[in-house]
Amino acid sequence: MRLERRETASRTAMLVAPLVAVAVTLAACALLVAWAGAPVGRTYGLLFDGAFGSRFALTETLTRATPLMLTGLAAAVAFRARFWNIGAEGQLYLGALAAVAVGGLHEGSGFDAPLPLLFAGMVAAGMAAGATLVAGPALLRNRFGVDEVVTTLLMNFVVLLFVSWMLDGPMKDPTAMGWPQSVALDPELEFARLLEKSRVHAGLLWAVGLAVLVWAVQRFTTWGFEWRAVGASPEAARFVGVPVGRVMLRAALLSGALAGLAGVSEVAGRTGYVTLDMSPGYGYAGIVIAMLAALHPLAVVGAAVFVAGMLVGADSMSREVAVPSYIADVIVSVSLLAMLVATMLAQYRIRRR
Amino acid sequence: MTGRPEPVLRLTGITKRFGSLLANDGISLDLARGEVLALLGENGAGKSTLVSILFGHYVADAGTVEAFGAPLPPGDPAAALAAGIGMVHQHFTLADNLTVLDNVLIGVEPWWRPVSRRAAARTKLLGLAARFGLAVDADARVGDLSIGEKQRVEILKALYRDARILILDEPTAVLTPQESERLFETLRAFVEAGLSIVFISHKLGEVLAVSHRVAVLRQGRLEAVLPAAGTDASALARLMVGREVAQPVRAARVRRPDDAAEPPVLSLREVDAVDGARTLLHGVSLELRPGEIVAIAGVAGNGQQPLAELLCGLRAPARGALRVAGAPIAASPAAFIAAGIGRVPEDRHHLGVIAEATVAENAVAEHYRARPYARGGWLVEGSAIRAAAARIVADYDVRCRGLEQPTRQLSGGNMQKLILGRVLSRAPRLIVADQPTWGLDVGAVAWIHSKLLAAADAGAGIVLISEELDEILALADRIAVISHGRLSEARPVADWTTATLGLAMMGADAKEGADAARAA
Repeated sequence: MRLERRETASRTAMLVAPLVAVAVTLAACALLVAWAGAPVGRTYGLLFDGAFGSRFALTETLTRATPLMLTGLAAAVAFRARFWNIGAEGQLYLGALAAVAVGGLHEGSGFDAPLPLLFAGMVAAGMAAGATLVAGPALLRNRFGVDEVVTTLLMNFVVLLFVSWMLDGPMKDPTAMGWPQSVALDPELEFARLLEKSRVHAGLLWAVGLAVLVWAVQRFTTWGFEWRAVGASPEAARFVGVPVGRVMLRAALLSGALAGLAGVSEVAGRTGYVTLDMSPGYGYAGIVIAMLAALHPLAVVGAAVFVAGMLVGADSMSREVAVPSYIADVIVSVSLLAMLVATMLAQYRIRRR
Repeated sequence: MTGRPEPVLRLTGITKRFGSLLANDGISLDLARGEVLALLGENGAGKSTLVSILFGHYVADAGTVEAFGAPLPPGDPAAALAAGIGMVHQHFTLADNLTVLDNVLIGVEPWWRPVSRRAAARTKLLGLAARFGLAVDADARVGDLSIGEKQRVEILKALYRDARILILDEPTAVLTPQESERLFETLRAFVEAGLSIVFISHKLGEVLAVSHRVAVLRQGRLEAVLPAAGTDASALARLMVGREVAQPVRAARVRRPDDAAEPPVLSLREVDAVDGARTLLHGVSLELRPGEIVAIAGVAGNGQQPLAELLCGLRAPARGALRVAGAPIAASPAAFIAAGIGRVPEDRHHLGVIAEATVAENAVAEHYRARPYARGGWLVEGSAIRAAAARIVADYDVRCRGLEQPTRQLSGGNMQKLILGRVLSRAPRLIVADQPTWGLDVGAVAWIHSKLLAAADAGAGIVLISEELDEILALADRIAVISHGRLSEARPVADWTTATLGLAMMGADAKEGADAARAA
């Protein structure tokens, strides 16, 4: 058997591929559900009900999707320029920590600055923190060819330990009864709630707006051409005069800033303070989401909602039937594999020799 | 070749399809004992596919291969080797870090044998080498050998495995004229010893010189099989291309460069290029005047690549001065583009174009941030880009399905036309063309030659780096030879003969000299 590139990857095939991938995923996971002894139809029904079936379910899904959109964008932006930023998790935490450092109630009082300025400072600090964290690996990659997969990945562990130290030390909340938890954010700085009696917050608008912005930049500006050129072939890009190192650095910093903003959004929109378990791997899930979206910024929004829906739906489903909520992780993982295979089959055909 | 004996190799009705491309269309051929059969055809005519099927790399959709009267199982290179078929690839398949003897022994000895029978192997290898005049040092590291020597090792590898049918894929592409001549001597010795040879080439002269019969392939079909004795180069060219091909003639040049009157458009003075501790170019000097074509001749791997990188802004000189129109220039592609230097790289797929980008994007890629293609340097002006690209596609005859087609889908010839259009449409004052016709069919070659000549007539200075002597002799005003990282003085074409060029290409290196002496 061999793979042959199709001369024309048809547009319809590329659009149908995700649908086929989801169908295959659900079919494959149905086997696992059946194996667990649960009725397949009811389980899936509960899963989708729990994800999208009610106002509450939908708002919970959107709340969960918000950081995923931002980390997904972070991965998509960097991967497009072939910078493999695996460190969104750490950048998210550092962004959250920076937000609290600027906007937190230290010793019961925040910085004495006008509120709009403080808000802008909080957002900027979070994005800068994420960008700073990725700057080191990006410079090492540019100057010395150090593999950024390793450096950005390992930075995650460094950051988590740093956050842990902060939460037990300088930024510890004295009122938290010994829990490792940071001081609270000034309530005045929290994001607005979008809907009554829900947790959906303005971070969702930020995320969707940034997805559109990133798409527009990629589509209409020379930056977009530079990203694609560097991502497709750094040698050819360099040959035609694209400043490859600068372009890659730019993409890396933007990626880090987006991941840092995910941290800001979580603190200001949901938790109000930093804990060590505030992200159940949003940074890593962002990589999956970016790949599911084939690195397209607008598709990242949809992919994030899908993944968030599976996670939220599985939680509520597992309370009703005897299927562990881990099925959500399985569905997301299988869907990624199915998506990769489906897009490959849209571009290649299999032939027997 | 009258009263032909039983063929040693017989191909019957070989057909192979790749997608919509019919690479081989019902090809039937046979090879007699002691015969050299040339397989002649342009790039993409199906030569490589045919020998890949023969050797078991591909499986034919239809047809059979018989060696010495027994059918070969399809898709099994090991069976082809066992049947006595040896293949010398164009790109050598040798391990540079091993000795000659080790390279010959790889894959021959069973892995479970506790000790290698090297003494016996060495005797056999040296015996073969002596018998056919293929002088090699069995203990030399392959990485230290010259290209010609590596090719000898490849041939010995096949002989060591008792090959009785030898397939040579474009064997002269990497050789100097003298080395080619020696190879032909060796091939004649093989034939006298009863071996049979399939010789793949697109060069008419050597096909006529070395083969008994010529099989001409065109677009996957066997056009003709004819005895070499009764034909000539122009008849073969017609069969190969399917029509008359007008070669550009040097006399067509309108303008001759004025000596010394104009300042050099490019000057290199004592330029070194280094890679870590290795010196790739030693004190290279060159001057180029407007309207002049200077060709850099040489065997592949003698410093052409660092020189081309230097002239494309991809590499900074370690020492010496590089000036364009009298002014020093920063070693960056952007600076070279801004200085009006048109660059046509050797590797058109990976350097010349961004394969995943569209035809339109590649057509303006060198100026994507400049007006009118971008407003304010950042906002892409799609309509201006499409208009410019459409002009280049039309003027330079780029065959594509549309401006939005991914460039990767273009054929090599059309890709090269796109690059040439991108370069020439800016009326550059200096053109650096590195192997501009490498791998292209005869029609595209003639077209590119005519465009380069026209650019020179319009006043551009052209540095032509080429490994094809025919091309150099057809285009150049002056020729400089590069060998072992040293560039000879550029002398007028009339001062060179094929023999002196070949000698210069070998360089004054002691080892090569000794080799030549040994062969004589």
